[in-house]
Amino acid sequence: MGILTFGILTARETGWDVIAPNLTITIFGLLTFAAVIFLLFVIGERSSVKAQEWVKYLVFLVPALFLLTIGLIYPAIRTLFLSFMDARGENFIGFENYIWAFTKPEILVVLRNTIIWTLAVPIFSTTIGLGIAYFTDRMKRGAWVKSLIFMPMAISFVGASVIWRFVYTYEPNLNKPDIGLMSALAKAIGIADPPIWLIEAPMNTFLLIAVMVWIQTGFAMVVLGAAMKNIPDEIVEASMLDGASQWRRFSQITVPMIRSTIVVVVTTVLIGTLKVFDIVRTMTGGNFETNVVANEMFNQAFQQRNYGTGSALAILLFLGVIPIVAYNIRQLRRERTER
Amino acid sequence: MTQLAPKPSGLKLTKGRRKVKDAFSSPWASFFAIVIALLWTIPTFGLLVTSFRPKVDIVTTGWWTFFSNPNVTLENYQSVFLQGNNVTPPLSQYIFNSFAITIPAAVFPLTIAVFAAYALAWFEFKGRDFIFFSIFALQVIPLQLTLIPLLQLFARGQIAGVQVLPDMEITGSYIPIWIAHTIFGLPLAIFLLHNFLRQIPRELVEAARVDGAGWFMLFRKIIFPLSIPAIASFAIFQFLWVWNDLLVGLTFGGGVREIAPLTVRLAEMVGTRGSGWEVLTAGAFISMIVPLIVFFTLQRYFIRGLLAGSVKG
Repeated sequence: MGILTFGILTARETGWDVIAPNLTITIFGLLTFAAVIFLLFVIGERSSVKAQEWVKYLVFLVPALFLLTIGLIYPAIRTLFLSFMDARGENFIGFENYIWAFTKPEILVVLRNTIIWTLAVPIFSTTIGLGIAYFTDRMKRGAWVKSLIFMPMAISFVGASVIWRFVYTYEPNLNKPDIGLMSALAKAIGIADPPIWLIEAPMNTFLLIAVMVWIQTGFAMVVLGAAMKNIPDEIVEASMLDGASQWRRFSQITVPMIRSTIVVVVTTVLIGTLKVFDIVRTMTGGNFETNVVANEMFNQAFQQRNYGTGSALAILLFLGVIPIVAYNIRQLRRERTER
Repeated sequence: MTQLAPKPSGLKLTKGRRKVKDAFSSPWASFFAIVIALLWTIPTFGLLVTSFRPKVDIVTTGWWTFFSNPNVTLENYQSVFLQGNNVTPPLSQYIFNSFAITIPAAVFPLTIAVFAAYALAWFEFKGRDFIFFSIFALQVIPLQLTLIPLLQLFARGQIAGVQVLPDMEITGSYIPIWIAHTIFGLPLAIFLLHNFLRQIPRELVEAARVDGAGWFMLFRKIIFPLSIPAIASFAIFQFLWVWNDLLVGLTFGGGVREIAPLTVRLAEMVGTRGSGWEVLTAGAFISMIVPLIVFFTLQRYFIRGLLAGSVKG
C-alpha cells in the first residue's frame, strides 16, 4: 500500500505531461521493432527455398552491417578527414590541428596525463587483481571477498566519482572536523595540514587514477581467478611435494600458466582507460592539470565547437589503440587456425 | 591458450583437490584478502551511511561518527526524489528516462547482434571471415572517434552532403540515444554471440535442414532457443553498460532535460555549486541501486558474459 501511494505521488510530482509522451515513444519504439521482426520472419518463412538463400542475408546480416557502416566505419573515416579541416569542417588546413596538439602546453599536459593513466591503471589493477585472485583462489568463503571487490564494476563512473569526491573532500578550516575520510586519515597518521587533494598536481592525477584502479581491479581479479581455476591440481601438488615456497609457486607456476590471460586483461583495461572521460569530468572537470585526451576531445568538439581539434584528439586516441587491435587480431587468427 | 581449455570434469572435489585446498588456506592470505575487500568497500559504505544522515550532521562531522551518534533520516532521499524546481525535474523523472533509454538500448542491439552472429556462424559465403575480423576490430574504436559525424548524421540525415536518412527531427528524443547505443553495442555482442552459436552441434543444424527447415525456421526453432543463456548474459552486460553510460547520454541527448538519464543529472549535480553532500550522496545512491541489484542477483551470468568476452578472445 505504501509503495502504491509512493508511486502515485511520484507520478504526479514528476509531471505526467512530461512522462506520458516519453512513455508513448518508448512503447511505440519497442512495438514497432517487434512488429518489423515479426513481419520479416513471416515473409522469410513463406518465401521459397531459393528466395530464402538471399532473403536470409537481407534479414540477418544486412541490418548489422548497415548500422556498423554508417555508425562506426563512416564516422571514423569522416573524423580522420575532419581532423585536417578547420573548426567548422569547411577548409582544409593540413596538419595544423596536430601541430596544435603537440605544441600547445595545455594539450601536452593532457597527452602526458593520458600516458600516465594508460600505464598506471593497467599495471596497478592487474597486479592487485592478480594478488587477490591468488589469495582467494582456494580460500573458504572467498566468494564474499571477491564479490565486494568486484562490486565497483557495477557502479557508473559518475557514481564512483561522487563516492571518491566525498573521500577526498577537503576542509579548509583546520579547527573544524573533517568530513572527508582521506583528510581524517592523514591527520590520524600525523599529517597536521593535509593537502587539498584534488587541486594539487601531480598528486591529483594519481588520486583520480586510484578511482579507475578501484573499478578495474575487480575485473582483473575475476578473469584471472577463472584462469587460475584451470591450472591442473597435479601441477600444484607436484610443486608442493617439491617443497616450493608460496612465492615460488606463484611466480614460477601460476603466473606463467596464465600469461596469455594476463595479456588479455592488461589490454582490455588499457583500452577502457584510454576512453575514460567520466571520472575526470566529474571529479575535477579536467582542471588543475588533470585533463586527459578523452575529456579534452569532448571540450574541443562540444564546448569550443571546434570539430577540427576535437577530431584530431579523437584520432590520437585511436592511434593509441591500433597496436592493441593488431595484436589481438593476430592472436584470434592464430587461435582459429589451431582449432 | 592451453590453460583455458576445460579440464577433465568431475575432479573438482576429489581428495587431491581438497588436500590442495587445505594447504592453501593460509590464514595470512585470507587475512590479506579480507583487508583489501574491506578497503574496497569502505568508500561506498561511507556514501551509503552519509545519504541517511541529516544535513547538519553531514557537514559538521565525519560519517564514521555516525556509529557513536546514530541519527537516521530519509529526508535526503525524499527531497532529491520528489522535489524538482523550475529548471530541473526531480530524480524520479531521470529514473524513468534511464529505464526508457536502457530497455530498448538493450533489446535492439541484442536482436540485431544475434541475427548477425547467426549469419556469420552458419551461412557459408565468401568474405565471411573478413567481415568477422572487421567486426572484431571495430570493438576497440573509441566512441569519441564517431561522435561528431554521427551527431551530424542524426541532426541532418546527411552523409558527406548526401541525404541518406529522411530528416526525421529525432534530436531531442530518445531515438538518437537508442540508435547510438545499438551501434556501439553491436561489435562486442556479435563477437560473443558468434562464439557461442558456433558451438551448437553441426549435426543438430544439419538434421533440421534435412527435415526441411528453412533458414528462418532453423533460427526460430533451434538457434534462438539454444542461445538464450548467452543472450541473457550479454543482456545484463549491455543493460549495465547503458545504464551507467554518461558520454552517449550527454552528447546524443542534446542537453534536453526531459530525456536525460540519471548519470547525466548526477554529473550535472556534481558540477553545480549548492548541491550539498546530502543531495549528492542520496542521488548517487539512487543511481547505483538498480545496477547493484542486477549485479548481486545476476552476478553469475554477468561473470559468465565477462569471461566469454575476455578469456575467449
